[in-house]
Formats: sequence, structure tokens, C-alpha cells
Amino acid sequence: MRALSLETIGAGKSFGSFRALGDVSMKVRAGTVHALLGENGAGKSTLVKGIVGYGPLDEGSILIGGREQTIVSPRDAHGLGIGMVYQHFTVAPGLSVAENLVLSRGELPWRIDWKQERARLAEFMQRMPFNIDVERAVSSLAAGEKQKLEILKQLYLDRRFIILDEPTSVLTPQEAEEVLGLMRDLTRAGDLSVLMITHKFSEVTRFADDVTVLRRGQLVGSKAVADTDETELSTWMMGESRTQAAVLERTRNDAERVPGLEVSNLQVANDRGTLAVKGVSLSVLPGEIVGIAGISGNGQRELTEALLGQRRRSAGEIRVNGRPYQATRTEMQRERVYSLPEEPLRNACIAGMSVAENLALRDYDQAPLCRSGWLINRRAIRLRARDLIERFNVRPNDPDRPIGTLSGGNVQRAVLARELTEDVAVLIVSNPVFGLDFASVELIHRRLLEARNRGAAVLLLSEDLDELLELSDRILVIHDGEINHQTVPAEAERQVLGRYMAGTEQNDQQVAS
Amino acid sequence: MNFRNQFYRVGVALLPGLPSLLAALTTFVLFMLFLTVQGKPAWEACQLVVQGAFGSAFALESTLQRAAPLMLTALCVALPARAGLIIIGGEGALVLGGLAAAVAPLWLPSMPTLLMLLCMAFSAMLVGGFWIGLNGWMRQKRGLNETIGSLLLSYIAIALFNQLVEGPLRDPASLNKPSTVPLGDDLLIGPISDQFQVHWGLVVGIIACVLAQILVRNSVTGFSLQVVGGNVRTARMMGLPVDRLVILTCVLGGACAGLAGMFEVAAVQGSANAAIIAGYGASGILVAFAARQNPLAIIACAILLGGIEASGSLLQRRLGLPDATTLILEGILFTSLLAWEALTPRIVAWRLRLNERVIQAQGALQHG
Repeated sequence: MRALSLETIGAGKSFGSFRALGDVSMKVRAGTVHALLGENGAGKSTLVKGIVGYGPLDEGSILIGGREQTIVSPRDAHGLGIGMVYQHFTVAPGLSVAENLVLSRGELPWRIDWKQERARLAEFMQRMPFNIDVERAVSSLAAGEKQKLEILKQLYLDRRFIILDEPTSVLTPQEAEEVLGLMRDLTRAGDLSVLMITHKFSEVTRFADDVTVLRRGQLVGSKAVADTDETELSTWMMGESRTQAAVLERTRNDAERVPGLEVSNLQVANDRGTLAVKGVSLSVLPGEIVGIAGISGNGQRELTEALLGQRRRSAGEIRVNGRPYQATRTEMQRERVYSLPEEPLRNACIAGMSVAENLALRDYDQAPLCRSGWLINRRAIRLRARDLIERFNVRPNDPDRPIGTLSGGNVQRAVLARELTEDVAVLIVSNPVFGLDFASVELIHRRLLEARNRGAAVLLLSEDLDELLELSDRILVIHDGEINHQTVPAEAERQVLGRYMAGTEQNDQQVAS
Repeated sequence: MNFRNQFYRVGVALLPGLPSLLAALTTFVLFMLFLTVQGKPAWEACQLVVQGAFGSAFALESTLQRAAPLMLTALCVALPARAGLIIIGGEGALVLGGLAAAVAPLWLPSMPTLLMLLCMAFSAMLVGGFWIGLNGWMRQKRGLNETIGSLLLSYIAIALFNQLVEGPLRDPASLNKPSTVPLGDDLLIGPISDQFQVHWGLVVGIIACVLAQILVRNSVTGFSLQVVGGNVRTARMMGLPVDRLVILTCVLGGACAGLAGMFEVAAVQGSANAAIIAGYGASGILVAFAARQNPLAIIACAILLGGIEASGSLLQRRLGLPDATTLILEGILFTSLLAWEALTPRIVAWRLRLNERVIQAQGALQHG
């Protein structure tokens, strides 16, 4: 058997006084798929980075194939046959598949003998259970194919132990199924062992042999998947079973009303000048959450940017509360349009400015934050910031700290504090909980529902189907810049949504806006 | 405890100046080395620089005389920098502003002296502001890199200046030094007082820096500029008129440089001629970077740099060092400043740590 077994004994790692990982002992049997579960900040990444040598462990030992090994750099790990597939692609999009594979070898002669390399690649591909045309440009590959290429790359490099970091987060349900199935087949054949970081229970129960759960840097449990169930796993992960947020009473009358947000035939070009949004029409009523599902890169980013005023639109119209909307500051303040964009540090904050200043971005030009119409009142800005910081539990609670030095969850809470004021009329939200821990996710979801219940029109773009199904009143599917499906969560089937997201099914029904 | 707390507070306040201080030290060492290698008396030369800059009333006057335009050209860098632009074409705005000021009295109907001076200042600011504003416009609307754009526009401005001064605007009486028609004596700006032989440009420069500080630090517009400079995506999300703000800050910066040109013409040269192309624009970049784009710090840095430039002749007379020596000194200073700039992220981290200590200490005081 080529597959390697891996065991950690008493693995630990500290960052300053913070102990990110302590006394974790686990075993990945050779030729199995082992799932590593845990919420954000549980220590999964720390453990895995220790194993691949990006952040060597301070304590404990690692046994590979039963022998103790020291791994202090990625080079050590690679030498032992351990490789990692990251959540985000690490292939060069401008090159072909063949070039990417050959380049990944690292140590190349000064002159590459492409004829010989191609022959070797062809021979390699024949041995593989799945194939990609090596002459294709990587930029032309779909997400699932890129993920397969990442895995092929690891096999090409002769890795016998592969770590997958949330491998399906960028894939459609069908693609995820296929990729994980392939991994399972390869391990069954004894070619490799897989350690897979995930937070999806369904992937654990369907594809993994064993599962290990971490919580706050500690090992909570490790056993065969067959001997456990979802309730036990979720108890292990969260401490107690996750409780559903109470659904709040909402006031809604479905009489004829002016939509909060109305988009008609919107066209937006991407950075390369080609149309990324090709005539999208939709409307969101006050007191309604409309979710937009889609695989990343199908025009969601351009759509959001156009709605936020970050990107010019080539054609079409946006109306807010019935009036034409150009995303100027006056309109935003008059119509009460707010937003939670993805990657808040990049889109909604100024990293170098203080938390207090960032909290003032919406209304620093209005009383009481501004005096006599032109003077900034820094005292008022700090005072208000202190209040918001306490109400939204932003940590550390220092208003003068540059916001870029806060953790992701705290940045998002600060943005939430600024954007979700009492009187939101329209809210544009994009992947609001990406990379956040469960507590922050709960808080943000609850606030979104509260805003809706107070009568806000909420447009929610998300790549997380669970989030959309949980929060939305209606779901639209976007594919290749067009809305091709509309449904309500109660009737939505994941498989159907997945097919529309992947574009294998097109516009079979009239999409009402 | 209290003393320590004070110490931390001072640390927090002074840390941002650390790169400039280190740059000054590095420059000192490198300049000494540069002179020693040539077999020149390094220590004496350094003493002469200080003496030539601040050693006598005459030296001080000469220093301040040079500092005045530097403050204004530095603002031409510092104001656009607030919105995230690196403009290095202040020289162009200065020469064209100077030219506008020189020809305004010829073209405008006669009016009282003070009014005419204001008109000259206004036309200089208008032309300077237009020139740098053009950079802002090209950047926002045409995607042109503002640093390269401003440099090239500056060359064009100088060529245009020479073309006009040697051609259509030349005073036929200026024979070997092409100039515009000299300003009337009433339009020449004199010294602040007989005891203090520095022209009024110094006062205007200081006022401009103070106003710029208020704009940048205390006004709504300044806050908006900081947002644009910090993260343009966020600025757009906040609905700020990004293009307008960028062009506005460029126009203001260019107006300052234009004003510097007016004082060079009306207070120093008496007419627009090639002598006003003296490198004040380039030195202004140095001043702005040394001051870390802070308008109040620009006042001090401009005086310091004015001093270095003023000491050139003394070095030449006493030690026989070439004129370019002060340029070398400035070059070393600029390079060191940019090199030490790399410390900035660390300084942010250090400040945070000190700040936490201050907060801890305060907590201890309150509770204990």
C-alpha cells in the first residue's frame, strides 16, 4: 500500500500567550478519509499547518507511517509525501494544465524538454481515475475542474498523504459529490490517505471513514464515522446542540407596495470589459429577504458592486423606494440604503483608520458628528463609537485602534453596528458570514431577520446554500450573469438548485421579477 | 506608575516621527562618509551646514527665504497624498503660476496695488490649480498613473514656460536673460520688516500650511479625502464623489504651487524668467515626505531643507566643495526617508502595544 498513516501525539501550538492548540492526539489510518471537524478558531488550521510545516508545532510529535518525523518546513512535509490542497486555488490561471503541473515540481532544469514532459504527463494521466485535457488553459476550467487539477497536482507530485482544506466550498453540490467520491475511491485503492477539513456534516457522514472534532484548540473526540451520528458530532463541535434562533414575529402586509429595491435589465461589465451581469431584473419588497444563489464568479460580485455604487453600470435601471437611484451619498442617506459587503475590510472599512472613524463613515457629514456643517466633531465620533462598540460587542473595545488590527469577526460586527441602524430601508448583503465563527454567524443572521421584520428590503447574495435556505423568503439563482431560476425555500430542492447554479438547466420557467 | 504612564503617552505621540529621525541620523552618517572618502573635513563641513543655515541673522534670513516656496510646493504633494495620490509635478505648476502672475498686470486693467497683487495671486493659483487638477482628471477619467503623468506634465509646463518667455511674452529689453516685462516697483513684494529681510511669502506659506492642517484634520472634506485615500472601494460604497474629491485636492495642491511661483516672481526675481525653475518643486516633494505629508510638520521640514540649500554657498567658499554637495545631501536624505518608511507597519504595532499599556495603567489607577 502506498498510502501513509499519520499520527499526532500531544500536538500543541501557542501564539504568544494564546494557546491555539493543546495536547491533540489523533490518528489517520493509511488508506482512509479522515474528517477534521470544528468551528472557526477551533484549531483545525493550526494543526494542519503544523503537519505541512507552514507553522511548525511547538509541542508533541508527528508519526508518519509509524516513524517519528520532524517537520519544520513545507519542504520536510513534501519530502515525506505530504501535500495540501488549499481552499482557494493555487494554480496559475494564465498557463495551461500541463505547464501548471510541470511547474509545480519546483526543481526544474534550466531548459524544459516539453516533448518528454508531455509524454510523461500522458502516461501519468492514464493511470489517473479522472482526466483533464493537459493542453487546456487553466482559466477555461470550471471550479470543479480546477479543484480536480489541484488534486491531480498532488498526485503528480507523488504525494501519499493529502490534506484538503474545505475542498467543496467553491463547488456546486454535483461537483463536490464527484470530487469527494474520487478521493474516496483513491483511498480505497490504497493509493493515498486523506485528511479533510470541513464543516459540513453531510460530507463527513457520506465520504469519511473516521472523524476527529476539535473545539477551542482541544481534541473533543475521534472515532469511526459509522459509530457516531450528527447529533453527537454537533454536540462535540458546539459544546451543546445548536439551538435554532427564535423566529421573530414580523409585520407584513402583502398589499400593493412600492418595492424597496427594484432592478431592471441591469448590465454590468467586469474588469476586463466583458459583460458579467447580462440584463438582471429583480425586485425586493419591504419586509422581504430575497436570496441570490450562485457559484462564485457568475456575476454576483459585479452585481453587488453596481448596487453599492462601486462599479459603473453599462445599462439598465436601479430604483430605490420607487425613485431612480445612482448610489450617491445624498440618495443613500435619504433613502436609507445600507450594505454588508463581503470581505468587509476590503470593501467597507479603511484598515488604517480607527474603529471610531470607521463607525462614523455613514454620517460624519451630519450632525451631531459634524458641527457648523463642515467641522468634524471627533469627540462625538468617539463617544458614539464607544456606545456602538458596547452594543455590538466589538473586541478589543478601544475606539482608537486601527480597524485593520481587529479579527475578522470583530470587523464584521463593527460594520454591522454601522450599517444596521434602526431605520434601514434597503439592505444589500453579500456573503456576510464568510470565514466567521458560529457565534458571529448567529448574531449576523439574527440581525438580518430583525431588519427584515422591521420592514427592510434585504437582498442577500450568498454562495452558501444553507444560509440562503435558512434566511430567504424567495431565492433566485444567478448563472453566467443571468437569473435563471426562482423558487421559495419551502419548495427548493438542493439538487435542482445545484443544476441551475451549474447552468445545466436553463430558463425552463418564466422568471418573475 | 503615573510617570511611566506619561512616558508611554509620549512614546505613542512621538513614534510616528521615528522614521524621519532615523533617516536624519542615517543621512548624517552617510554624508560624513561621502565627504571622508573624498578626503574632505567631514565634521567641519557638517558644522558649516548648520552655520550656513542658522548661524547668523543673514543665514537665517536666507534659509527662511528658501523655505517659503518649499512650504507651498510641499503642500502640492501633501494635499493630493491625502487622497492617495503621489504627485511629483509641483515644479510645473510653480513655473506656470509664476508666469501667470508676471503677465497678469500687463493684461488686466490698472487697479490699486493690493487688488492687483490679489489678482496676480489668484491667476497664479488658477493656473497652478488647473495644471495639477489636470493630473487628477486624467487619473480618474483616463486611468493615467498620476505620478508619471504629473512628472511629464511638469516637463511640458517648463517647455511651455521657456517657449513663452523666449517668444511671445519676452520683454524686448531683456537681452541675454529672456524675461517677461518686469513688474512695476509697486508690485514687488518687499520684506516683512527692515530688521527681518524675508519676503511675505513665508507668512503666506505658514498660513497655507495651517489652513491645510485644518482642512485635512478638522473638516468634513478632509475626512472624505482620508476615506478616498484609505480605501477607494469603501469611499464608493459610502457614496462619496471620489472623482470630484480627487480633482479638488489636486487643484488645491496645484494652487499652492502656483502661489509659490507668484512669490518667486514678485518677491525674488521681479519678472518671470528661467531663474524660477530652481528645483523648488522637487525639493517640495522631499519636504512633504520628510513631514510624512503632515501640513504642520511641513513648516519645520521646509525650514530645515531651506537651511541645507542655503548653506551651499558657504560650503563652496570655505571648503571648495562643489555646488552639487547640498544636492547630494538632499538625495541621501530623500533615499533614507523612503528606506525608513518600511518601518511603518512595525510602528503601527508598537503604538498599539504602548496604547494598551496606557489603557492598562489607567485601569490600574482607577481601580487601585
